[in-house]
Amino acid sequence: MPAAKTIKVIGRRTINAVWRIGLATRFFFLTLVYSGSSFRRFHLIVKELFSTGVMSLIIIIVAGLFVGMVLGLQGYETLKRYGSESALGSMVALSLVRELGPVVAALLFASRAGSAMTAEIGLMKATEQISAMEMMAVNPIARIVAPRFWAGVISMPLLAALFSAVGVFGGYFVGVVQIGVDEGSFWSQMQAAVDFRDDILNGVIKSFAFGTVVTVIALFEGYDAPPTAEGVSGATTRTVVTSSLAILMLDFVLTAIMFRGN
Amino acid sequence: MERTTLDFWVGAFVVAGIAALVMLAMKVGNLGTYNMSETYQLHAYFSNIGGLKPKASIKSAGVLVGRVTDISLDTERYEANVVMSLDKRYQFPKDTFANILTSGLLGEQYIGLMPGGDSEMLQNGEQIKKTQSAVVLEDLIGKFIYNKAEEPVKSK
Repeated sequence: MPAAKTIKVIGRRTINAVWRIGLATRFFFLTLVYSGSSFRRFHLIVKELFSTGVMSLIIIIVAGLFVGMVLGLQGYETLKRYGSESALGSMVALSLVRELGPVVAALLFASRAGSAMTAEIGLMKATEQISAMEMMAVNPIARIVAPRFWAGVISMPLLAALFSAVGVFGGYFVGVVQIGVDEGSFWSQMQAAVDFRDDILNGVIKSFAFGTVVTVIALFEGYDAPPTAEGVSGATTRTVVTSSLAILMLDFVLTAIMFRGN
Repeated sequence: MERTTLDFWVGAFVVAGIAALVMLAMKVGNLGTYNMSETYQLHAYFSNIGGLKPKASIKSAGVLVGRVTDISLDTERYEANVVMSLDKRYQFPKDTFANILTSGLLGEQYIGLMPGGDSEMLQNGEQIKKTQSAVVLEDLIGKFIYNKAEEPVKSK
């Protein structure tokens, strides 16, 4: 009876998913509740900012530069057909600030920092460091999870802003320096098209949301991982897959709310 | 508190991120371009505004002097009522002419103000009486074709 078996499997997976969503929500609120004590020991957050933020700098800057350069090339090829090469600046800046900056930076962040977080916490659990903390009456969520959560939430908007800024210069380099689009119109059209509140601030809000989602998924997967080598590797994979999908879906929802085509 | 190289790198990261945000706001966005400190409001009726949008610029002699704040349809006159806020530094005579112009052939539309010779100036809340509507490209092409058709055919 393969049909009945399939239905059984689907049902079990659905119920399991609902369980895990509930657990993740409870985990998120616990993290928020115990955040106060981690702000009092700020050096813990600084240490995590180093491993999530500073260590992601190189990949973010290099990726941003190349994404901006590709945008410059492709944008020029398309805009040339309509004789509006001068709009290249606004095209590059708008696509970076509104979409590509927050989304690509978050995807890179999920695979660079999120997977590391999951593996680290999963291994701590597998080697029973978390149980040891509980034995010593140290709350593992306040000591391990909350600093990592805030480090992710703080560093994500900064990384996305860096990505966009570097990308704009990548587009400038290809468009103005190499192809020869007029420099004045590149910057002035950009400034005329990009609005601080509508475009830049909304991009920052987006990256805040992505940072929260990615770190919560990464921390929860690590904390919930089966304490075996296989379990940790599975949890790391799930972190990257789930958070990438979550970023893209959340991006659609946020874009629909923020830019309703006016 | 002891200082570690880790603190330095985190500080550098935060500074770089904030610098990127400031650069985005100032150089990429419109925060650094034009800030009107004090403004006054004027309004004008246009029979057709074409593609004019709120926040469109208002220029006089090519200089940015204000922004369109609101566009609505006046149901008594069935004309577009455009409210604009202008920089207090720039005063215009009562018989100023407001045109809806296009920057470039297909660029965005803006309002151009042509000052008249009146000695009295427009005050806050007053109306610009002389306006000219947007040039609609389709109408222009239509007129052109109509005129061409009217021309007598020259026989050799």
